[in-house]
Amino acid sequence: MRLLLRRDLVCQRAVELVTNYLEGTLSRSARRRFEAHLAGCPHCTEYLAQMRETISLTGRLAPEDLTPQMRDEFVDLYRRWRSE
Amino acid sequence: MESDSELLLRLRSGDERAFVSLVERYQEPMLHLAASFVPSRAVAEEVVQDTWLALLRGLEGFEGRSSLKTWLFRILVNRARTTGTREQRSIPVADPEPAVDPSRFDGSGGWADPPERWIEVAEGRMEAGKLAYRIRAWIDGLPARQRAVVLLRDVEGMSSEEVCTVLALSEGNQRVLLHRGRSRLRQLFEDEFREVR
Repeated sequence: MRLLLRRDLVCQRAVELVTNYLEGTLSRSARRRFEAHLAGCPHCTEYLAQMRETISLTGRLAPEDLTPQMRDEFVDLYRRWRSE
Repeated sequence: MESDSELLLRLRSGDERAFVSLVERYQEPMLHLAASFVPSRAVAEEVVQDTWLALLRGLEGFEGRSSLKTWLFRILVNRARTTGTREQRSIPVADPEPAVDPSRFDGSGGWADPPERWIEVAEGRMEAGKLAYRIRAWIDGLPARQRAVVLLRDVEGMSSEEVCTVLALSEGNQRVLLHRGRSRLRQLFEDEFREVR
């Protein structure tokens, strides 16, 4: 029975649960099953690490600076609005 | 860095520099978001400019029930939706889109072609400043609704609740779109770096 528990979540299904897992929206039993699968599956453990890395890298994108010309245009926009 | 609410206070007292600071903070994120709704960069720029004017005109009435950012992005999305010709509902969320190509699993659902390692290489490239522009391009290539959710959640770091408010999505649909967008990006990282180990 115990062995079956780990096996009843297959990798192909596990990868579809990653976002729910990270968002904390899995039920407690589904979460336990997911974690039990990870404990026995290095590939899905790597997959989860890669999804976390994807989020981390995406979160490090910095906005580009405004060009001086654009900055001037926005100052103009502001002044036009003030004089409305 | 000054908080949005500090900038808002200064802006309300007529400080032009506070406006420029807000533009510096949100112009580019709004352009990327607008582009997921409208057919061209030029139209996106118009929509964003309209949004800034709407912000200035709405300053008096803003009650601060949501954050300034959520309010601003919500104005943007409403305007972009009205202007946009791109059909936002052309791909129903219910359509299946597997996170990983099914051919990578064997008949019993286990990995046949397991994920290739790429984290270390990607980290090195990111630190060298050689990856950000690629990630930008990959995000721009995502289907529109996935792109909007990924931009707000993962690039802008907004909460799922805020994203649902801005995009008028249910929690469930937001999560599905986020899952698909992130899964596509993960695959792109793997494709990019599997050869350079």
